[in-house]
Amino acid sequence: MQIYLPIAELPVDILLLLGLSVAVGFISGMFGVGGGFLMTPLLIFIGIPPAVAVATQSAQITATSTTAALFYWRRNALDLKMGGLLLCGGLAGTLLGVLFFNALRRVGQLETFITLSYVALLGATGALMLAESVRAMFMARSGRAKPARRGGRHFWYEGLPFKMRFPRSGLYVSIIPLLALSLFIGFAGAVLGIGGGFILVPALIYIFRVPTALVAGTSQFQILFSMIAATMLHAVTNQSVDLVLASLLIIGGVIGAQFGARAGIGLRAETFRFLLALLVLAVALRIGEDLVAVPREPFSATPTETAR
Amino acid sequence: MSRRAGLAAAALAMAACGGASAEELVMSLGTDRIAIRSNFTGAALSVVGIVERDAATVPRAAGYDAVVTVLGPRGAVSVWQKRLIGPLWLNLDQRKYIAIPAFISVMSNRPLDAIVQEGLRVKQRIGVEALLPEQSQSRGADAPEFRAALQRLRRAEGLFVSNEAAVRFITPSVLQARIEIPGRAPLGVYTVDLALFADGALLARKEQNFSVTKAGLEQAFTIAAAEMSLLYGILTSLTALMFGWLASAVFRRD
Repeated sequence: MQIYLPIAELPVDILLLLGLSVAVGFISGMFGVGGGFLMTPLLIFIGIPPAVAVATQSAQITATSTTAALFYWRRNALDLKMGGLLLCGGLAGTLLGVLFFNALRRVGQLETFITLSYVALLGATGALMLAESVRAMFMARSGRAKPARRGGRHFWYEGLPFKMRFPRSGLYVSIIPLLALSLFIGFAGAVLGIGGGFILVPALIYIFRVPTALVAGTSQFQILFSMIAATMLHAVTNQSVDLVLASLLIIGGVIGAQFGARAGIGLRAETFRFLLALLVLAVALRIGEDLVAVPREPFSATPTETAR
Repeated sequence: MSRRAGLAAAALAMAACGGASAEELVMSLGTDRIAIRSNFTGAALSVVGIVERDAATVPRAAGYDAVVTVLGPRGAVSVWQKRLIGPLWLNLDQRKYIAIPAFISVMSNRPLDAIVQEGLRVKQRIGVEALLPEQSQSRGADAPEFRAALQRLRRAEGLFVSNEAAVRFITPSVLQARIEIPGRAPLGVYTVDLALFADGALLARKEQNFSVTKAGLEQAFTIAAAEMSLLYGILTSLTALMFGWLASAVFRRD
């Protein structure tokens, strides 16, 4: 069954789209990530113009993170003060990202940039996560406890000024690295059509030592509002948000996420991170392959962007 | 118009029967507007051509040939070539072509080679090859491989089509063809050009337009996205929030 997408201007198979979004929703529900890093490349792969894929994906992530944020809100498992601060950086990053996105679109290098950034971002994150989870799994097996954090040890970024107290997380840290991180994630989110949860969550845990129980909720809170902003900015500045496509992705994603969340409950934390790392790396390798393999068709033809 | 009249006159002269009056063409398109609704996956419209002759028209022993050319809206196209930079294949070489039809369909009743000799086709604009510009508009010399690639890519997408058996003569002077517009075809004004040949000479030519436009909800979405983009953005965000909230309410686990 086909449906015509009004903004992407092409017909797509409804069942294919629903199937993809259920599958991605399942994975995102299982791992508590938005799934944008999977969905955006898939959409581009099935022929949706990259600009429409990225812009529309922000609407889908909004829906997913609404569900997730509400879930943590009810359990009081989010640090609102930290979420608010991350949001400030995130919004600024989103704005810069959308401006950069439109500039790249004008010079015709959007696709190359998206591909390269995906490989770099996913490759680096995936490799770090994999190394960490393998180490953790190894230690769990050998029965040794994780070395406790030594009280007196400080990293350079802990000495930065503008310290702020976050009572909910029990932290007293400088806001500079927090703002820098959220700025970067907001930027990447707007340019690449990803929520950034797969970067934000490990960063909050390992760099800022936010209590694990609060991390998921806090990051979903920040992603929710950044993605609303991204949806609005894409809609207003480049008119590439396809409401029909977004609705299909949201419906499939929401259903898939529910089953995924249930499937994820039984997983051990290390196994969980190990599987997520493998997934992220696999996506990076698949996209990277297109960059290094001898192309079957070295040519591509794109209509030069004109105002519709 | 005068150029075309000139061509027809030249064709007549080549037919080696000066003095006699030429054939007239009457063309009819099935519709002048193809509406894209949410169930649009492509469309077809029929074109009928009638050759009008009078008593003075030369008899054509070999019968007529017809070529129907459908051209989509024109626009600039960038053709990129990937080159190896270090370990990476990147889009580096570019040729920009202006005014490339977004859709080309060339239909005829028999192979073009049999209808008109190759040397005349560019001048008469017959065949996909002849409809693409000679020169690119960009830095760097035009390279034939870029033009060939453009054709190859568009053919693979089904946007450049040639079919040498799509035109059918119902009677010796009435012809019919079915124009297939694929689902990915771009929106805009399309031109249908009907050219009549006999013995390798162009006898008459007729042109008519139709448009491919969005209708109904599809049109409403597009207008909303373009002209009320703030409202459209708010609507999209609210839709997303509502779905997210609904999911949380329906699947509530606590």
